[in-house]
Amino acid sequence: MLEIIASPISFFILLSLFFVGAIGSLFFYKNNNQANAWSSFFVISGSLVGLVFSIVNILTKNSLLFGLKTSFFSFFTISFHIDLLSSFFVFVISLLALFCSIYGIGYVRHYYKKYNIGVLGFFYNLFIGSLILVVTSSNGILFLIFWEIMSISSYFLVVYDNHDDDNVKAGLLYLVMTYIGTSFIILAFLLLYKYIGSFDFLVIKDNIALIPASIKNIVFVSAFIGFGLKAGIIPLHIWLPVAHPAAPSHVSALMSGIMIKSGIYMMIRLFLDILQPVPFWWGLMVLVVGSISALLGVLYALTEHDIKRLLAYHSIENIGIILLGLGSALTFYSLNLPALALLGLIAALFHTLNHAIFKALLFLSAGSVINEVHTRNMEEYGGLIKYMPQTALFFLIGSVAISALPPFNGFFSEWLTYQALFQGIAQMSFVTQWIFILATGSLVFTGGLALACFVKAFGVTFLARPRSKKVTCAKESALSMRLGMGGLALLTLLFGVFSGYIISIINTVSQSLGIFKNSSSAINISSSQSMSVSNGFSSISGPLIFVLFVVTIFLVVFIFKKIINRKQKECTTNTWDCGTNFTPRAEITATGFSRSIILIFKGLLKPTIQHNIEYYDDQNRYLPKSRTVTLNIGNVYHTYLYQPLHIVINKLSVKAKTIQNGNIDLYISYILVALMLALLVIL
Amino acid sequence: MSIFILVIQLIFIPAFSPLCVGIIRKIKAKLQNRQGANIFQPYRDIWKLLHKDEVLSRDASWIFRFTPYIVFAVTLVVGMSIPLFVPHVFGFMTSDILFIVYTLAIGTFFMALAGMDTGSAFGGFGSSREMTISALAEGGFIFSLLTMALIVGSSNLFDITSFTRSINSQYFLPMILAFCGFFIVLLAETTRFPFDNPATHLELTMIHEAMILEYSGKRLALMEWAASNKLLIFIALGANLSFPFGFPMNVGFVAIALGIFYFLMKMFLFCVIIAVLESSIAKFRFFRLPDLLLISFIFNVVAIGLIYSIK
Repeated sequence: MLEIIASPISFFILLSLFFVGAIGSLFFYKNNNQANAWSSFFVISGSLVGLVFSIVNILTKNSLLFGLKTSFFSFFTISFHIDLLSSFFVFVISLLALFCSIYGIGYVRHYYKKYNIGVLGFFYNLFIGSLILVVTSSNGILFLIFWEIMSISSYFLVVYDNHDDDNVKAGLLYLVMTYIGTSFIILAFLLLYKYIGSFDFLVIKDNIALIPASIKNIVFVSAFIGFGLKAGIIPLHIWLPVAHPAAPSHVSALMSGIMIKSGIYMMIRLFLDILQPVPFWWGLMVLVVGSISALLGVLYALTEHDIKRLLAYHSIENIGIILLGLGSALTFYSLNLPALALLGLIAALFHTLNHAIFKALLFLSAGSVINEVHTRNMEEYGGLIKYMPQTALFFLIGSVAISALPPFNGFFSEWLTYQALFQGIAQMSFVTQWIFILATGSLVFTGGLALACFVKAFGVTFLARPRSKKVTCAKESALSMRLGMGGLALLTLLFGVFSGYIISIINTVSQSLGIFKNSSSAINISSSQSMSVSNGFSSISGPLIFVLFVVTIFLVVFIFKKIINRKQKECTTNTWDCGTNFTPRAEITATGFSRSIILIFKGLLKPTIQHNIEYYDDQNRYLPKSRTVTLNIGNVYHTYLYQPLHIVINKLSVKAKTIQNGNIDLYISYILVALMLALLVIL
Repeated sequence: MSIFILVIQLIFIPAFSPLCVGIIRKIKAKLQNRQGANIFQPYRDIWKLLHKDEVLSRDASWIFRFTPYIVFAVTLVVGMSIPLFVPHVFGFMTSDILFIVYTLAIGTFFMALAGMDTGSAFGGFGSSREMTISALAEGGFIFSLLTMALIVGSSNLFDITSFTRSINSQYFLPMILAFCGFFIVLLAETTRFPFDNPATHLELTMIHEAMILEYSGKRLALMEWAASNKLLIFIALGANLSFPFGFPMNVGFVAIALGIFYFLMKMFLFCVIIAVLESSIAKFRFFRLPDLLLISFIFNVVAIGLIYSIK
């Protein structure tokens, strides 16, 4: 039985489910309900198959290599290689797709009669199918085809809500940035092809010694830019906070939860598997980029009051944290410390999994709120905990997990990342050590600021009194949406409490990589689920923490409520209003909450403030009619990076115009000259 | 025996923390030429509040109602996980520095949410200020504990304490720097001067008091008690990690009794320092506080650099 599940057959069943789901929902484009049912059924069953397939593969340590032998071109073969790393990513994709699709059943109902559900189902199925193909294909060209399908299907999902012009604009920016990234990836693959003569990942890996060091560095830089752009590292992130919020919420959850991780997957695949051995500075570069992305990501998140953009910026932050783990793994491995390198890689993979879960949870619960209140602006929320109590609880669990508070899963993966960085400080020599110290500093402040940001996000959205009329009409979301969120919320807790078990599985996944074949990791997991790192430098136990919390809270509630304070009454009145007429305008706003942090970091964030006063009489300005204050954050990347680039490209195009004068005869002579030159070069 | 020690660890912090506040208040009163209340007054206050009826805001949700229990429980969990006067006798898996820091952050997180929950302007601004300060204080907090952990080679607080007892003097300078950094964080996290004034309810400046403004009765008692627990936790960390004189090396009634005696002496000393500090300096302007917290962070970064230049 297990052999059948872990065979290529079930992989093709899995793909065909998504394929049938995609094509079938197009047939039902006229009937919303049927299209929804059809696409959801196939996505959910496909994800279930994917879950079983990947879990069996990981637990039996099974690695699959298969493909079509017939090929028309020598460089293009349809071949798949599903090792444990791929299986791990298939697992994460299927897990998220499962819960997001359950959520989607109820969520897409509000698109009925406005948009075509069949088209949504088509691209949704295609998107998830291509995600799975991206992490399993083993040929550069094949990979690029799936990568493009993934990008294009997600583009169509981003612009799905096309009545809003902003979404269409967001889609365009996303498309342009994606192609810039893809061109860098193509460059990297072509360079590898030039020296090795194959696009097949396994062939490249076996012949990697043929590549000169300088070319390898160029491959690294272009792959890091290409995949980093998809992952959303700063300063290549500008598409992410625009595109993710535009998509339907369950798609945003998938994009933030897993699509950006496909960049991380390829970085691990290339840097830790294919391009070995790597030079020392690669790891340091990844570390530096990771620190910058983490810290700036959370700072930009603090400035946001659009709830989905806020979450999108947190994705950038968490990609930074994952890169800190990956960067330390690279550094340690190039210095021949495989045990610590494994620690870093496990931290990165565990955080990838955890971030996927809690970020999806947050996006889904934000989606439920938007669905009810019909705006993404947090300043118009408030008091939703009374109208949507369960959604509020799910968002709270997500916030606690992403702020790395124990005993939820975020704490344990950040803990591992910290341990990798601590070991870097303890064992590296001078310059490297300081990079590790700064990376730790960035992670520390990131943690603190993320906590502040989620107090703001949860408090402004769900607590106090409603700030707009729309909130008072909000109702708890549909059952399927609550099921999707509830499942993820439960997972954040379970993956925290049983983190020891999860980490031991991720340990086997990481050890299956060629370079770690004969090394054991610096993590020890005892039978009671507690882990200790680097010969007892640090140790922690998930179940013990959980039990300790539950028992203590129970004890405190019991003693104070039932023993000491039994007879006393609780009466309910208004909040103290200082004798004024109390309105929701007295409450703190999202902008006000983070204003002090923004002012403290004004060197980085460049906040701007603009006063506009309109007077009754412009000549003698005594009576102001209205005053407006506009607060903004300077767009540094636009002004200092993209704007100058744009100007340079424009100038070059104008220069190119002088030889492009529209005269056909001239063009033919260009062709002739080019042909002669090409002939000369070849001969 | 280990059950006995566990129970003492659990009870010790809440049992002595009001005394700590009482002592500080008494010394401050004396320095201001006042008689001051008895040092046991905080116990009476808590007892009185526990037996009063409660007024709850109409706008408050379960977050507001449940927060005092979480905040208090968090201080208990941390209190029993840190070295007080018992050496490392059983494998505490919860004495990791990061666990302590992030568990205390749970309390801050929920307290800030409770501040926003009633919809009062005071609560909201209190939360905003508190989160600003605690976000920036986290750098100094983790790094000061990390400095000690790197000197010792273990991030377990009990290991750090028993190691620093027998430390040789070469690490004196980084230890002192780490302690200075830690002390700044202590003042910030326990809402003391120059960060916050625990004795005032002035709208423009209050931070911690603003968040708990809407509480009354038993929930107020729990919040106040948890705040004093947190003070004693920080004092215990500062005292035992940096100055582990008299910290017992073995388990026995005499050793533990002696340990308790030394600990209370150190606690008294810290209270005196805090009280004198509060009587002699003024509160800082809010936007000068980040400078102070950054100094704490830099102290520790320098300390870590020093450790490796010594090695």
